[in-house]
Amino acid sequence: MSKEFTFEIDGRLVKAVQGDTIMQAADAAGVYIPRLCDTEGLEPQGSCRVCVVKQNGRSVSACTQPAIADSKVENETEEIQGYRRNLVRMLYHEGNHLCPICEASGRCELQAMGYRLGITQATKYPYLQPVRPVDASHPDIVLDTNRCIFCGRCIRASRDIDGKHVFEYVGRGIHKRVGVNGDRLAQTNVELTDRAIDLATCPVGCIIQKGKGFFAPIGQRQFDHKPISLGVAAVDPEEAE
Amino acid sequence: MAKTRVIEIDPLTRVEGHGKVTIHLDDHNNVDEARLHIVEFRGFERFILGRLYWEVPVIVQRLCGICPVSHHLAASKAMDSIVGVDRLTPTAEKLRRLMHYGQILQSNVLHFFHLSSPDLLFGFESDVAKRNIFGVIEAHPELAVKGIKLRKFGQEVIKLTAGKKIHGTSAVPGGVNKNLSTAERDYLLQDIAQMRGWAQEAVDIARGYTLEHMETVRGFAAFNSSHMSLVREDGAMDLYHGVLRAIDASGNVIFDQVDYREFNDYLMEEVRSWSYMKFPFIKRRGNLDGWYRVGPLSRMNTAGFIDTPLADEAHVEFRASTNNQPNHMSLAYHWARMIEVLHCVEKIDELLNDPDLQGDELLLKGERREEGIGVIEAPRGTLFHHYRVDENDQVSFCNLIVSTTNNNEAMNRAVTQVAKAHLSNRKSITEGMLNQVEVAVRAYDPCLSCATHALGQMPLDVELYDAQGELLERKLRS
Ligand code: SF4
Ligand code: SF4
Ligand code: FES
Repeated sequence: MSKEFTFEIDGRLVKAVQGDTIMQAADAAGVYIPRLCDTEGLEPQGSCRVCVVKQNGRSVSACTQPAIADSKVENETEEIQGYRRNLVRMLYHEGNHLCPICEASGRCELQAMGYRLGITQATKYPYLQPVRPVDASHPDIVLDTNRCIFCGRCIRASRDIDGKHVFEYVGRGIHKRVGVNGDRLAQTNVELTDRAIDLATCPVGCIIQKGKGFFAPIGQRQFDHKPISLGVAAVDPEEAE
Repeated sequence: MAKTRVIEIDPLTRVEGHGKVTIHLDDHNNVDEARLHIVEFRGFERFILGRLYWEVPVIVQRLCGICPVSHHLAASKAMDSIVGVDRLTPTAEKLRRLMHYGQILQSNVLHFFHLSSPDLLFGFESDVAKRNIFGVIEAHPELAVKGIKLRKFGQEVIKLTAGKKIHGTSAVPGGVNKNLSTAERDYLLQDIAQMRGWAQEAVDIARGYTLEHMETVRGFAAFNSSHMSLVREDGAMDLYHGVLRAIDASGNVIFDQVDYREFNDYLMEEVRSWSYMKFPFIKRRGNLDGWYRVGPLSRMNTAGFIDTPLADEAHVEFRASTNNQPNHMSLAYHWARMIEVLHCVEKIDELLNDPDLQGDELLLKGERREEGIGVIEAPRGTLFHHYRVDENDQVSFCNLIVSTTNNNEAMNRAVTQVAKAHLSNRKSITEGMLNQVEVAVRAYDPCLSCATHALGQMPLDVELYDAQGELLERKLRS
């Protein structure tokens, strides 16, 4: 039988079962730890570092690090929120994010995370303005890598849930981007019903479904009135109504 | 050798975006020619290539900070064509119209009260320190407040129809993404009577100014030209939709009942080496005589009538002031603009009382097409959006003719005329005289940043030639 124990997050006592990650225990207790690459139903990957917390003083990613009995976890402290702010800012600066003209605006987790962390102004970092392709070859789906944040959610969803391997990383370092298994999306076996294409999978406006853009009016979008938090993640705008 | 003197007025202090005028004098200090130069570029036609067609109505709003709704709607109309929709549902068309009337109202009011009223109230040659909106607030506080509130009302209409005051998203290819709730309707209706009264007062001020200063108005940047606009098929003024009509300086029809999707058969654009802004002209009349004017003044000239009672009455009076002949006076734009404000308030009232706006049939879809053209009467005049979209749904071609571009030749003529009348043979150039040139340009309410859509940021190259075509001076701006 699994062993139960407790630990603290920002002074609050939280229960966990042996083998739980810090994130799993926090979720079960209703404590929100900010995250971007982790989402329900996919194996954690620990790459975005937005979920970094301090466990007994050591920085670890909450989505992959097992909870430890009687440990003290710091989550939304000023110091850690500061790190998160910098990470999220860098994500903005690495890609081409023009929120006012992006159809993901209002349901985008990156944008919502920016708001939650209080990022309201341009920052000191230079905009890299990378030249990245838009693949609109598929009749139903577009991949606009300008907005990709390399969370790998599409890769894991396609591989682990759809069993297809449609998406993968290509290139290295600064040139790394999400590519597809084939020359273009149209040549892959991707389908609109794939979990990888579900609007809840891609946290930003990188994987989009054709002809649905801007169907949700301002004021009725996912994050128009609620900040990103537990249970308030991106969903299909049509379902959100 | 005597050199031509160049007087520069830069920037035009109260025109959105930056413009530059160069006035070319000859050896005898006579004005030879004056040109309006455009120095701001945004490169939209390039930027939009490869983007997905449904993003376009949202993206193009970035063209202009002052009338984004016009671009939003013109692009949406073009994209309606792309998704195979020629006629929207009543709810969708009426919501878009409501948004558009809100937009024209706020833009025309902004121009009149904030930008032009100082010139009209204090005179063109008055003290610059006073000749601005702050001077108006000080000298005529009540008037300034009315201007601000009228504009705010227009902005509220936009916010409730588009989702945001600027850069909303509600017009989508084939329709709209929202209707107007009864709460939103009632919120707007509570102020409508007040707005109607103030709009009437605004017409009175503009008419009063024009009639009292008829001599100035007649002599100031007044020149014959053709005029063009959309009109409803029965000839009524229609700011959102209709057929193209152009008349010549005497009021004779050049073309009428033209489906705007065929505008390329009727209009052409000329490139002149000295300007980044093109010069459109009516094909049939050639590039020398084919230029025309657009905007409020032209709409008064092209429309047979206005389909709202108070504005129609004002229109009849406007037409009577030139014996029902086309009005060619640049300063009459202001009066025309206020008649449109009144029309918009009446239209908004009519629409708010129309239950179609609470309907829920918002979107239609037809057979996908490759080409889409959307035309609308923006605050400053006829606005053309033309796109082609490839089989992957990506934009492969884009051409925009914005209102200010349509008025390019007219603005240059206005500046030249004013410069000739006021600056020739004078040794000293007063601030008031320089301002007259600005007043002439400002009558057209040019929004200079969106009027030029060349490729990216370019330095402006100002070159000065003498009568023999010799380069006398050259200035580069980055
Ligand atoms: S993906 Fe998100 S952050 Fe990026 S432009 Fe779109 S809304 Fe903004
Ligand atoms: S395409 Fe979307 S889901 Fe895939 S890695 Fe990029 S941001 Fe993540
Ligand atoms: S959510 Fe844990 S590293 Fe991204």
